[in-house]
Amino acid sequence: MKSVIAENLVKTYRKGEVKALDDLSLDVEEGTVLSVLGPNGAGKTTTVRILATLLSPDSGHATVGGIDVVKHPDKVREIIGLSGQYAAVDETLTGWDNLVMFGRLYHLGKKASIARADELLERFSLTDSGKRPIKTYSGGMRRRLDLAAAIIVKPKILFLDEPTTGLDPRGRQEMWGVIKELVDGGVTLLLTTQYLEEADHLADEIVVIDHGKVIARGTSDALKKDVGGERLEVIVEANQLKVTAEIITRVSGIAAHVDEGMRSVSSPVKNGTKSLMDALREFDEAKLHPLDIGLKRPSLDDVFLALTGHAAEETK
Amino acid sequence: MNFISDALVITKRQLLQLSRVPEVLIFSTIQPVMFVLMFRYVFGGSISTDQPGGYVQLLMPGIFVQTVAFTLAGTASGLAEDMGKGLIDRFRSLPISRSALVVGRTLGDSLLNIVVLIVMGIAGYAVGWRPTGGLLNTVLAFVFLLAFGYALSWTGIFAGLAARDARVVQNISFLITFPLTFLSNAFAPTTGMPRPLQYFAEWNPVSTMVAACRDLFGLENQFGATAGSFPSEHPLVTSIFYMFLIMAIFVPLSVRKYANKSK
Repeated sequence: MKSVIAENLVKTYRKGEVKALDDLSLDVEEGTVLSVLGPNGAGKTTTVRILATLLSPDSGHATVGGIDVVKHPDKVREIIGLSGQYAAVDETLTGWDNLVMFGRLYHLGKKASIARADELLERFSLTDSGKRPIKTYSGGMRRRLDLAAAIIVKPKILFLDEPTTGLDPRGRQEMWGVIKELVDGGVTLLLTTQYLEEADHLADEIVVIDHGKVIARGTSDALKKDVGGERLEVIVEANQLKVTAEIITRVSGIAAHVDEGMRSVSSPVKNGTKSLMDALREFDEAKLHPLDIGLKRPSLDDVFLALTGHAAEETK
Repeated sequence: MNFISDALVITKRQLLQLSRVPEVLIFSTIQPVMFVLMFRYVFGGSISTDQPGGYVQLLMPGIFVQTVAFTLAGTASGLAEDMGKGLIDRFRSLPISRSALVVGRTLGDSLLNIVVLIVMGIAGYAVGWRPTGGLLNTVLAFVFLLAFGYALSWTGIFAGLAARDARVVQNISFLITFPLTFLSNAFAPTTGMPRPLQYFAEWNPVSTMVAACRDLFGLENQFGATAGSFPSEHPLVTSIFYMFLIMAIFVPLSVRKYANKSK
């Protein structure tokens, strides 16, 4: 069962000048996590806004939980949770005030809203700060509260638009923990991110988009396989680059790639550990001491580079 | 039914905001009180009037109208701020009626106006303002002031939704409300103005509101322009017409702007 289906979405801004979505299609299987990965301006937020009924597509068709987002936006709003790029909460109010207010707006009733607010604050480790205005929160706490507001009525389908953008590593780790818990609870999640590591960490499946188009989709492993398998990489002193390249070429059987700036020599290898041991032996015999040597699995950065010809975080 | 309770939740949010940041309420009452004192004691002496009880009788209706008109800047910037922070998007992703948010907001602004008008009434009384139109007419005048403020807050809603930045919209609101309140009969006789401005002042909704309030407070409508013109003969009718006109234009515009999904 597909919980989210988007078919051939097109959205242009400024009377057609800017094409945000260019025939974009994707779907999310019930109970799984799909990560929409792409650089700034790729169309991630536009996709989420259309699926969350905040924006109408120029053309194309989308259903969420089997309901058409354009024809029955009110029904879609009853079953989704949305947490956007910015913490969309009232900063002058306390965390508790916000959660109770949103509970009331979901028509939970006063008692149920209060109970749910208390429960969510505890679950997201915000009980102590619940009575403080959100202005005083750290970035990570704001995002957690924003996420809490999105799941007040336990939506089955959740949209998170760049949930960790701008957070420090610790805030990101905490956010990931909270998201994982939700996913374990069976929620269907569509998550956008420009962090490759995040998609790798959280998603069952990844859709890579660029310029409003899907350019690749698959599991993290499958995408990495597209780029090639493991690489043997050695970092050496600048004057040893040449002899190192000879060794690596001999071990891998493929002409080694030399990056003079990084002082690295690398080559794809089929049998990783054996190649690594062979290389170490040769370095030892040649009395060379590489600064670093290891097997590198391709990262999603490599995937993006291979697919688009530019790095993921460069384009603005 | 849900619509009303949703709107009230939004109104309650605004009251909570006021309780968390009481400075907002304090400053939005101090400012008009300051105006009362300044006009009363700075201009009061130099503007000659044969009004029994003095200039302050004519001044207070003017300041009441000005104050309710000024609150639309707060409406507009508050809403623009919510837009900028993505809060409006969150509200729009909730299963609530499209107009609940904006209606709730206008109700909250009216509550703020009630508080401000009460404080100003007390301040006015302290400096010699004495309405003589009877209790019923006095209460009626305040009801009309609130209604006028409510109608105007819809222009603030529209401006807030249309704007991109909270500070810009606040400045724009003042740029409109300042001339509107001063190019009127609120503080000084319009007869000293150049002829075209006199016409403007005569038909200005602020003038008709002020004139209507002066009537209800039991005053001769001084400072009004040419005798015999429709707005000066029927200020209350004209004012009510203006209120309906403003709402007829800005309520649908605002609700549509809010619901407009292709922003």
